[in-house]
Amino acid sequence: MAEQAEDEISAINMAVGAAYAGARAMVTTSGGGFALMGEGLSLAGVMEMPVVVHLGQRPGPATGMATRTEQADLELALYSGHGEFPRIILAPATLDDGFWLTWKAFDLAEKFQAPVIILTDQYFLNTTYNTRPIDTGKIRNDRYLVESKTGYRRYLDTESGVSPQSVPSYGDGLVGVDSHEHDEWGHAQEDFDLRVRMVDKRLRKMEGIAKEPISPLFSGPDDFGKIVVSWGSTYPMVMEAAGFLETSDIAFMHLREVWPLSDHVKNLLLRAKEVIVIEGNATGQLGSIIRRETGIGVKHEILNYNGLQFSCEVILRELRKILG
Amino acid sequence: MDSSVFDLHDIDIQWCPGCGDFGIMKSLKEALADLDISPEQVVIVTGIGQAAKIAQFMKANFFNGLHGRTLSYATAIKVSNPSLHVVAVSGDGDLYGEGGNHFIHTIRRNPDITVIACDNMIYGLTKGQASPTSPLGLKTTLQFDGVVNEPFNPLSVSIAQKIGFVARAFAGDTDKTREIIKRAILHKGFSLVDIFQPCVSFNKVNTYDWFRNNTFYLDEEYKSNDRNQAFDLAMKDAPYPLGVIYEEKSRPTFEDNIGVFRNDSRPLFRRELDVRKLEELLELKK
Repeated sequence: MAEQAEDEISAINMAVGAAYAGARAMVTTSGGGFALMGEGLSLAGVMEMPVVVHLGQRPGPATGMATRTEQADLELALYSGHGEFPRIILAPATLDDGFWLTWKAFDLAEKFQAPVIILTDQYFLNTTYNTRPIDTGKIRNDRYLVESKTGYRRYLDTESGVSPQSVPSYGDGLVGVDSHEHDEWGHAQEDFDLRVRMVDKRLRKMEGIAKEPISPLFSGPDDFGKIVVSWGSTYPMVMEAAGFLETSDIAFMHLREVWPLSDHVKNLLLRAKEVIVIEGNATGQLGSIIRRETGIGVKHEILNYNGLQFSCEVILRELRKILG
Repeated sequence: MDSSVFDLHDIDIQWCPGCGDFGIMKSLKEALADLDISPEQVVIVTGIGQAAKIAQFMKANFFNGLHGRTLSYATAIKVSNPSLHVVAVSGDGDLYGEGGNHFIHTIRRNPDITVIACDNMIYGLTKGQASPTSPLGLKTTLQFDGVVNEPFNPLSVSIAQKIGFVARAFAGDTDKTREIIKRAILHKGFSLVDIFQPCVSFNKVNTYDWFRNNTFYLDEEYKSNDRNQAFDLAMKDAPYPLGVIYEEKSRPTFEDNIGVFRNDSRPLFRRELDVRKLEELLELKK
């Protein structure tokens, strides 16, 4: 079912309510709407509700260029919502990838009971081209809900941080959830030790998330010296440009999971002598995240924020300047 | 069923002694028990405020969400699993202020939920600022020269928006309030019970005695299905009517309108992915 909510605040809060009742819930929005969803995203964090958020980026700030494209909401997606809680951010590279990563987003959201954000942009959403038929035989829909017993604890403190999720009327137990810090039964408590335990429990889920990375699209030799990193909708243009380069020393890594950065991604970055990042924003947001997460400085940034998608020609020209 | 099934033991109830919320909680527990609705079959949905704490004080499924978003949760829970009884308990700030937009649009949607508004005409949780229903002239900790904004009228707004059921009750009369809540729960569609509730700490004007002296019960002659008459009644100043102001049973609910339960009553969480339907959808996009 689908509903056009009165505002984005209602939309995200409906999604959290639906997830509580056991529905697979998703909201779809753009920058301003996503900004309004910040508090609800934080709620999904503390309540540990599986919610999928699709964020189609357009140039801001505010109304910006509402019919144009940009990749400038990565840091908004990463930091949106007050407080600290686990999240996953995926960015499809192709239209096929949009299908499969959305499926994956629902799976990860439910498995780890955390919000998953799918980052696309106006260019991606308005793109049409022929793709191979989607093989629906590959869809594996695991459900993670459990039947509750009397005395059920929605926030049972476990080693993985993931508590078995039940929903009202599924079993004999009662299901209580709270926007306040809460005990294992979901009741609001102001207990300082409990607070630390519950924050740790929620953040511990990142360890499990890290064990199920979504691999980047990689092309290039094993002994590369330079690595070009990109993410999201720019993939076809970056790869087209890559085809025109004569250098054999260069590898291309396109991220589909932009948060968290997997160990595999970090290791590839650490092996490079030079990191070049291509992204559609003015401040080099993925570059900042790479610096923060790996300590690696980004040597060159190719940035674009005029409202249009990168063209292959611009990427090629800029890469040739860097490569000399 | 005995209403004690909803009692939680060994808890610290944080309401002030004499708070109108005690009476409302008693009426709600008794109404549910009288209707044989068990703690497992009901979800108490709340936001933030003194009234919202009721979720912490009753033994039942509960969802205690953010300030103002109570109706968004209640709507989504009901439409994801229509077999649940969904009772939203909210305050005048949560429901008519922070959540004012959702109030209007949830009436339009008409999910089969019951909304209990603990209307004490003040912000009790945050120590006594004016709420959307504070009467003109009321001096508060913030509006020390008196309230100047026209009070929100939940009854007339909801009747104008074609609500299916709206009633007003008084927290000091738990028996009559229980009976009104029962009728609200039995109503199929959005039902609102706005309950006059004294705040003994921060509203020194609208006290138990004030409400007793400024309200009257509608008699049995009153026809609650006359919308214009109900609207006139809702627009009147004190003395305020208590009872079911307006009831109209023919509006389809959100769950009916959304279609997915028409041929399949199972809640969404009991359904599997239908690959064939997905393939049909993909086919449409070719």
